[in-house]
Amino acid sequence: MAQNKIGKQTLHFPSTPIITSWASVVGPMEGKGPLGEKYDLVLTDTLAGEKTWEKAEQKMMQFSIELALEKRNLLPKDLDFYLAGDLLNQITCANFTARFLNTPFLGLYGACSTFAEGLCMAGVLLEGGFAEKVGVSASSHHDTAEKQFRTPTELGDQRPMTAQWTVTGSASIIIEKTGTGIILTHATIGKIIDLGNSNAQDLGSAMAPAAFDTLKTHFEDLGRNENDYDLIVTGDLGLLGHGILKELLKEKGISPDRFNDCGIMVYSPDQDTHCGGSGCGCSGVVLTAHLIERLLSGYYHRILFIGTGALLSPLTSLQGETIPCIAHAVVLESRGE
Amino acid sequence: MLLKAFILGGLICVIGQLLMDLTPFNITPAHILVGYVTTGAVLSGLGLYQPLVDWGGAGATVPLSGFGHSLAQGAIEGVKSKGLLGALGGGLQATSIGVAVAIVFGLFFATFARPKG
Amino acid sequence: MIAQNVLLNEQEMTKWLNELQKEHQKVLFWEAQAKGEERKKFAGLRQEIERQQQRIARPQQIDYQSTAIKLVPPQTVIKNVIMAFLVGGSICLIGQIIYNLFTQSGLGLKDAAAATSSFLVFLGALFTALGYYDELGKVAGAGSIVPITGFANSIVSSALEFKREGYIYGVGARLFTVAGPILVYGTMVSILVGLVYYFVR
Repeated sequence: MAQNKIGKQTLHFPSTPIITSWASVVGPMEGKGPLGEKYDLVLTDTLAGEKTWEKAEQKMMQFSIELALEKRNLLPKDLDFYLAGDLLNQITCANFTARFLNTPFLGLYGACSTFAEGLCMAGVLLEGGFAEKVGVSASSHHDTAEKQFRTPTELGDQRPMTAQWTVTGSASIIIEKTGTGIILTHATIGKIIDLGNSNAQDLGSAMAPAAFDTLKTHFEDLGRNENDYDLIVTGDLGLLGHGILKELLKEKGISPDRFNDCGIMVYSPDQDTHCGGSGCGCSGVVLTAHLIERLLSGYYHRILFIGTGALLSPLTSLQGETIPCIAHAVVLESRGE
Repeated sequence: MLLKAFILGGLICVIGQLLMDLTPFNITPAHILVGYVTTGAVLSGLGLYQPLVDWGGAGATVPLSGFGHSLAQGAIEGVKSKGLLGALGGGLQATSIGVAVAIVFGLFFATFARPKG
Repeated sequence: MIAQNVLLNEQEMTKWLNELQKEHQKVLFWEAQAKGEERKKFAGLRQEIERQQQRIARPQQIDYQSTAIKLVPPQTVIKNVIMAFLVGGSICLIGQIIYNLFTQSGLGLKDAAAATSSFLVFLGALFTALGYYDELGKVAGAGSIVPITGFANSIVSSALEFKREGYIYGVGARLFTVAGPILVYGTMVSILVGLVYYFVR
């Protein structure tokens, strides 16, 4: 029996790794959103002074980890490991950022669940005694994502009502063995769930069952229920996916009152994004700019953060494959002394 | 004539909009455009597109089905003047100006403009 | 073998999937060791198991899809259709005006038509490059896709998007990502029309 595993899929971190520092960098549109004033850096344009969007996204990721390090008076060399991921082919933003940092690096890909995946893995590294300080980053960029997954940005097509807007943003956190901040107590690693959705313009519907499955397993493994959390927040289900998740919860008799979704929180309804935000950056920037602050201030005591990811590629959608989805959950607590 | 062009052109576009909104498939602009060109060419071959052009003028030639119409008419003209070889080259010949212009401006603007995102 | 189209509960489903997984592994092991005809027999058996694995989840997928589809926000069809009509009609109207001007200035009918198309292609390309055409498309949908300006938009937008990948594999190759299929199938159909005309005449 694995010592720190509870039930089927849940990891327990008795040594409570601590999130000591965090930072978020976003694009101009996110800066105009409801959380606009809370981000550490709002870029004035989507190119960030670079020649290509890909370079701009890489810079955002680099800025966010540098800001997080600076807040804690650390340097990249102080990190034992750096874990990062993004949406581009071969996770180039993460790889190129790691090129600057010169620290041992593990690239992650979990689509939009990457940030939660990074938190889980950082927890494992710290709990196992392999590291004292771990940096985690995730980023996405609207234009690079459109270019890679959908159509050219200047093409005059209509986005369907189910579509979500990829967040231009990057978030980073530093997790340490000791220090002050938010503690990481449990994580539930998700399974791939595929309920036959193949519409790449409707990822909310595809991902909702994955979030539900992870949530259910989390409750079963820990013997908890929705009332044990002040907030249960999913990554980027968007309005539609969030609505479906609520339906699924009601069927199981779980009250959906304490649920929210980062994809809904990141934009205001009049920003014309249709179903809300998505992308690796979405859950990351909402967590680092907004939720962690609320945990610190004591507004929330314990939250469940569920990163959701749709693991498709442009090729598989053209080949008519259905979309496998995943969700990882992380329990974050303010240290209540 | 102006009013007719407006109405016919508008209606042809509405068909495309209905195809995009009311069918369960994910129809992209590429699907729409390919569909219009081929449909226009077929209708033109059957002699059904010319009446639309006669009635609505630019309302029938400006939508991409008009491009299909030019292709098909070009091929038919080609057969008349050159026989079998004309069937192969006629369509492209008739539309060569449009395609050339598209290439020229495509290249020109791609060189001098930047995508806004 | 289990009955098809039966919605299983989660335990049953897991049980069946585990069972099938076990069999799949076993048959694959036999297949790897077998030779010739024997191997083909096992391959057939393995594929049958794979089909079962897919089939077993199908009712659950259909059940979920029917729940999900109810919550999908409706397309704003009426608004879209009106906008498509107005914008599409207006572009054709502009085309007609330009055509009239060209014929008045003494161009033949055919040349005037070609000149009109060229001018509209120029306009479509220009507004794409200025970054306005995608904004128009968001509102007008098919109204700005179907006219020949939409053809120009598809060419310039993909060329612009990939200009940073260089002029050969970027701009040059991508000019025709959307326009390529149009030319391919348009040309094919025109050749067929020509051939039919040749033989029927």
